Amino acid sequence: MSAPRSIVVQTAEAVRKGERTAVEVCEESLARIERHDGALNAFLYVDREGALEAARRVDEARAKGEPLGPLAGVTIAIKDNLCTRGVPTSCASKILEGWRPPYDADSVERLRAAGAVLVGKTNLDEFAMGSSTENSAFGPVKNPWDLSRVPGGSSGGSAAAVAAGLSQASLGSDTGGSVRQPGAFCGVTAVKPTYGRVSRYGLIAFASSLDQVGPFTKSVRDAARLMEVIAGHDPRDATSLEREVPRYEAACDEPAKGLRVGVVRSQVEAVEDAEVRAAMDATLDALRDAGATLVDVELPHAKYAVSVYYLVATAEASSNLARFDGVRYGLRVSRDDLVEMVEETRAQGFGPEVKRRIMLGTYALSAGYYDAFYLKAQKVRTLIRRDYDAAFEVCDVVLSPTTPTPAFEFGARTHDPLAMYLADIFTLPPSLAGLPAFSTPCGLTKGGLPVGVQLTGRPFDEATLFRASAAIEARLGLGEHEARAFLGDKA
Amino acid sequence: MSEPKISVDVVRHVARLARLRVTDEEASALASQLSHVLDHMDELNALDVSEVPPTSHAIPLDSPFREDAVREGLSREEALAGAPLEIAGGFAVPKVLGGEG
Repeated sequence: MSAPRSIVVQTAEAVRKGERTAVEVCEESLARIERHDGALNAFLYVDREGALEAARRVDEARAKGEPLGPLAGVTIAIKDNLCTRGVPTSCASKILEGWRPPYDADSVERLRAAGAVLVGKTNLDEFAMGSSTENSAFGPVKNPWDLSRVPGGSSGGSAAAVAAGLSQASLGSDTGGSVRQPGAFCGVTAVKPTYGRVSRYGLIAFASSLDQVGPFTKSVRDAARLMEVIAGHDPRDATSLEREVPRYEAACDEPAKGLRVGVVRSQVEAVEDAEVRAAMDATLDALRDAGATLVDVELPHAKYAVSVYYLVATAEASSNLARFDGVRYGLRVSRDDLVEMVEETRAQGFGPEVKRRIMLGTYALSAGYYDAFYLKAQKVRTLIRRDYDAAFEVCDVVLSPTTPTPAFEFGARTHDPLAMYLADIFTLPPSLAGLPAFSTPCGLTKGGLPVGVQLTGRPFDEATLFRASAAIEARLGLGEHEARAFLGDKA
Repeated sequence: MSEPKISVDVVRHVARLARLRVTDEEASALASQLSHVLDHMDELNALDVSEVPPTSHAIPLDSPFREDAVREGLSREEALAGAPLEIAGGFAVPKVLGGEG
């Protein structure tokens, strides 16, 4: 096993040097989408004209000798809950179908300014609520490694697009694991930045105290390149923090020697899947081989994360999704009475899981229940944060599996909402603590499904996570062993 | 399992608060699913958090001041472009007040 090629970095270099044109790169991506997305359903909208236009602008800028950005000519797909000016943005919901936002999300604006070519909008669980994309109103995404399995969620389209080489990178959003879990299921690098590191401006809100935008890429270095572009202060997001953005690419070159890795022993041992366990053992060996020191740590309150998360996140969602009322954008089901119009619009516009979460959140916030549910959950959230504070006294990164199992089959969990929620058991604690957390591929099962390892860092210490992830990737990366092989396409 | 935490009547009340119309079938399914999820959440009652402050922001926030400067916003046309119904440069809704309109 070996590190995959850094196609983002290499493409930007090739375009800068004139070895490839941005239009060529873009056409290649559009052709792959054309050829494979019928089977995958990763895209909700392909912006063929917009992408070619952006690519032509890059080539013209080069011809004129203008400086090119760090993502010049790189093809990027955008999760469809990030606003793109004039390009349909639906959150995979009937209630927003066909809506064209009047502005770009901050992260989208930064990608464009860096010369990226945005090829389209990717499929997700409706309003980012789900762990499999089975909650999309427009049909699920297939996992490119095995079309009978889910790609993970909610950012399943963005993860699958990169795994299958339909775009060179993508953006997702992560509220409780929605970047990391599909990253693990699709065998790509997935980054959930520190809360406040990347602006949420233009990210359609699900749970505002948890939502973060993050990239998917084939290689760790490519993710570093994207993070350098999308991170940074934005006055339009009141929770965006003024912190200098370090050189993440340089961090990828720092040896892992001396790094203290805290292994969450109870989480590793809770994994029943033998192949995920084996991949974790291999990861620990790889880190030892790289000169890291392993210590055991415990997060005694992490086991409560599912309960805490599904109270906090649904409460915030019930408030955020109140804006979909048939007045300013999206669907309206006409009725003579205002309240009936709103109720009918929401009844027809939202799918079952979104309704379930709005109901749970409304209940948790309703008179008489606030202290018992929402306030209690926010207090246990403090205990989870304190667990991490204690762990970081003895280590620099905290290691756990990203998921308890590899990608599961379609329909395996749709009958039981709680079973689906429990798929997020390892990704929720860092989210609740606001910490940066990555999922890095660390092996394949015998059946050829990717396994991911989750690394969690101190607030704003993404750099150390890049350093540790690069060490794992160098030894256990999936190399050019790409998901595209499963599409009958070895190219 | 003991009696469900959420009855169909409670589901109907909460649905009204959330401005969601639910069918009888949906209300009964929601009562059982939400009760199942809330049963799991009972685990939080095992913890004594009486002395623990709640976390509303995981990362401590400052409240910086900015210049009170004029900035470009959306034009009226842009703001109204997605509206299901627009009348006279405004968002139109069904009549709210009774009497002759």
